[in-house]
Amino acid sequence: MEKPFAITLEVGSSRANKTGSWRLNRPVYVDRLPPCNDACPAGENIQGWLYHAEEGDYEAAWQLLMKDNPLPAVMGRVCYHSCESSCNRSQLDHAVGINAVERFLGDQAIAREWKVRREVEPTGKRVLVIGSGPSGLSAAYQLRRMGHDVKVLEAGPTGGGMMNFGIPSYRLPRSVLAAEVERIAKLGVEFEFNHHVDNVLKEMEEGRFAAAFLAIGAELARKAYIPAGDSAHILDAISFLSSSREEKKPMLGRKVVIYGGGNTAIDAARTAKRLGATDAIVVYRRTRDQMPAHDVEVEEALEEGVLMRWLSTVKHLDEHSMVLEKMELDETGFPQPTGKFEKLESDSLILALGEEVDLSLVKDIPGVVIQDGVVHVDENMMTGHAGLFAGGDMVQGERTVTSGIGHGKLAARNIDSWLKGKTYEHPQRHEMASFDKLNTWYYTDAPHAVRPRLDTIRRQSTFDEVVMGLDEDTALFEARRCMSCGNCFECDNCYGVCPDNAVIKLGAGLRYAFDYDYCKGCGICATECPCGAIAFVPETI
Amino acid sequence: MTFKPIKFYQTGSFAVGNRLLSENLRTVQSDIARSDSLTLGHRACQGCGEALGARYALDAAMRATGNKVLATNATGCLEVFTTPYPETSWQIPWLHSVFGNTAAVATGIAAALRAKGRQDIRVVAQAGDGGTEDIGFGCLSGMFERNDDVLFICYDNQAYMNTGVQRSGATPPAARTATTEAVGSEPGNVFGQGKNLPQIAMAHEIPYVATATVSELHDLEAKVEKAMTIRGARYLHILVPCPLGWGSEPSATIRIARLAKETGLFPVFEAEDGEITGVSKIRHKLPVESYLLEQRRYAHLFAPTENRDVLDKIQAIADRNIVRYGLWDQKTEEDGNMSIATEQ
Ligand SMILES: Cc1cc2nc3c(=O)[nH]c(=O)nc-3n(C[C@H](O)[C@H](O)[C@H](O)COP(=O)(O)OP(=O)(O)OC[C@H]3O[C@@H](n4cnc5c(N)ncnc54)[C@H](O)[C@@H]3O)c2cc1C
Ligand SMILES: Cc1ncc(C[n+]2csc(CCOP(=O)(O)OP(=O)(O)O)c2C)c(N)n1
Ligand code: SF4
Ligand code: SF4
Ligand SMILES: [Mg+2]
Repeated sequence: MEKPFAITLEVGSSRANKTGSWRLNRPVYVDRLPPCNDACPAGENIQGWLYHAEEGDYEAAWQLLMKDNPLPAVMGRVCYHSCESSCNRSQLDHAVGINAVERFLGDQAIAREWKVRREVEPTGKRVLVIGSGPSGLSAAYQLRRMGHDVKVLEAGPTGGGMMNFGIPSYRLPRSVLAAEVERIAKLGVEFEFNHHVDNVLKEMEEGRFAAAFLAIGAELARKAYIPAGDSAHILDAISFLSSSREEKKPMLGRKVVIYGGGNTAIDAARTAKRLGATDAIVVYRRTRDQMPAHDVEVEEALEEGVLMRWLSTVKHLDEHSMVLEKMELDETGFPQPTGKFEKLESDSLILALGEEVDLSLVKDIPGVVIQDGVVHVDENMMTGHAGLFAGGDMVQGERTVTSGIGHGKLAARNIDSWLKGKTYEHPQRHEMASFDKLNTWYYTDAPHAVRPRLDTIRRQSTFDEVVMGLDEDTALFEARRCMSCGNCFECDNCYGVCPDNAVIKLGAGLRYAFDYDYCKGCGICATECPCGAIAFVPETI
Repeated sequence: MTFKPIKFYQTGSFAVGNRLLSENLRTVQSDIARSDSLTLGHRACQGCGEALGARYALDAAMRATGNKVLATNATGCLEVFTTPYPETSWQIPWLHSVFGNTAAVATGIAAALRAKGRQDIRVVAQAGDGGTEDIGFGCLSGMFERNDDVLFICYDNQAYMNTGVQRSGATPPAARTATTEAVGSEPGNVFGQGKNLPQIAMAHEIPYVATATVSELHDLEAKVEKAMTIRGARYLHILVPCPLGWGSEPSATIRIARLAKETGLFPVFEAEDGEITGVSKIRHKLPVESYLLEQRRYAHLFAPTENRDVLDKIQAIADRNIVRYGLWDQKTEEDGNMSIATEQ
């Protein structure tokens, strides 16, 4: 070779030196399971849809969300968001406002009339869904997206189940619910309202349904024996809440006592306040800490002037007063009567002691097993009767809208497999992206955006929505607070920090790859990956 | 500061890039087409901060000059691990000087380019801390004094690493090296000696002096870019942790550089014409132990017993830096650094 002036030696590149042979450990790109996704009872890929929202591509975010949950605008209002309670960011400053962003996406979708795409060709298989609460809606929607013909039979006049009869409109405006139910109908799910099913197997046979999903909820008010005078006024919370939206409002009087400590009790108290009660008093056997009601709701109720009587039970009831017995916690934390009584003025008593499943529908179906007052299903959501699946409040579970949606989705997947003569395989769960896997140095300090709330005065007298939505800027800000736990978000850190240039950048959307010919295995990439998407594993030599 | 922190965007300017940032807000290193002045196959140790610092600085210089960079290199790790015969890792014109004269060689090249009317080609001189502060100091001071058109980069790993970790003028007090063993009543390097080269450079009143670390890439690149807009003598002092000499985990290189800054032990600042014009603030202030504990060269301060006296003296150095350079705003940190980066 002709050498340039003053060059006497052949010049070779150090590329000839494959430093990969030095390696004792190798970095590997992984997708770990973000705690938010893990905690979501509906199984949403939260990190995944936030990823699109971060880019401002709200429709893509919504489409991904809709794969798991057909009711984002509803969920963005009523979900108790266990995702946020487990969000890694809460260990840094505050949890990402996942629920607020979800609502923003849901509301955008309604305003912009976004539509989901039917994924597959029609199968011609017919599936019956009984009950149009969140669980039934979710199953019907998923089955429809899988190409099946789905019919929903609903006893009530509209869709939504407890979201319609129970949850007050100051938390969930009915127009929002209607819009999301309507979208499911437009997808081709057939609804028949005012149709109370009495015989499941007969309906299946007559309608030539190959499988059925039962989701009739738990709607029977649990009773308590309370000695009462003839003129004492007692109502149950669900009928009270349901009738509070009718023309003719229930008569309550000025002082209303609500008995129970769950969300239903709180909703009933807040509703009573809105209907004009001067005093709405929640009476509960245990302490505030032990209340099953969610803290935010208790907080909001207190703000609105709802009063609480902890450690008390109702002993006797008359027309304008009642007798309460004081309770005391024993060593095990269980409330015990003290024999001390007090009088409380009251014009009516609303019982919110929980709901039970109306088992008359299933008790004669061969194979169906009833356990602890609910219908037993296996891990594939199937009852003991082949082809009959069940979910939501009527089976063992958390009894929330969200878990109902999760049951519906899971049941749909199982029904789909069952219709094809297969058994649904649960996908393998990835390793958790726990906080210690993150390098949070890289995330900008950014405290969360708070959702504005309606003034207390308006909250006490109207059914206007209490919690308001985020505007686009704030929703985007909130989405970008997500740390993308366990899943590469293309920050280029690994590509930049490798002292050996052994990370290959594949281009936008394609992430990166390791050049194992040269990677020496120092592990800087894994240490400096903000979101914990690189595992560092020993080489097998 | 030349470097302006980027508004919120999830990782702001902490990460190398981020898909949410427009291309011009990302670093040179995030570029799929970066020049990789130093290519694959070099023989630096696992996790070498010097290899990283050199690629960061030179790639930034390449972009700033439209790829017209010519580099010289004093003897030291960087020279040795990139050019064992017959290989080279350099993808830019590069000249090896001897250990002590790289500033003079660079000066000569700059003079030759001027004579040939090729001042579009920019000269970068590179040396380790030994080649800069000790043996190369005379040549460097001359280059400063004459204001020769050279950017001199010192890769400071705080000892003579290439020859087996001997003490240099940049070795910090108490650090163990092969020539400052952790023995006797004052184990490790003595207090009260050594040089502060950035301050010495400033005393020459050259147009631009800056310090940087491999943990703050946006800042480092902004400084190189700024230096390339200036003619005359410029000095950039980059802290580059050395896993071998410091006894640290190869994977911890960047974290350790970050801790050096966050504790106040390594002030990150820039100066023009002898005056400080900007400092990079501490984001989450930490005690010096958090930095020292990661390095075996300081192990004797913690075992068999904790040497509180010496730790306090090292903390006093950090505290003095914090006051002297104004490295920390307590309120800014308490407010979650919102004034540093919040708007979207
Ligand atoms: C007041 C109140 C507030 C609540 N607030 C929240 C909240 O904020 N967040 C949350 O996550 N959860 C909340 N819940 C719980 C939540 O509403 C329920 O867990 C959820 O609605 C259960 O869903 P589901 O689909 O199982 O049943 P349901 O929602 O109860 O729906 C069952 C449906 O089946 C129909 N049906 C029943 N029997 C028949 C039949 N034989 N034939 C045909 N149709 C039939 C019913 O008419 C009904 O529409 C609340 C509950 C109450 C009572
Ligand atoms: C005149 C002369 N003296 C001694 C040496 C041996 N030598 C080569 S590199 C080196 C130390 C380099 O230390 P530093 O400049 O800090 O660079 P590092 O290797 O730490 O990056 C020494 C002493 C030499 N090459 N030339
Ligand atoms: S930071 Fe994002 S990915 Fe991580 S838990 Fe929170 S919402 Fe999920
Ligand atoms: S001894 Fe230190 S400076 Fe030299 S190559 Fe190894 S890590 Fe880098
Ligand atoms: Mg050195």
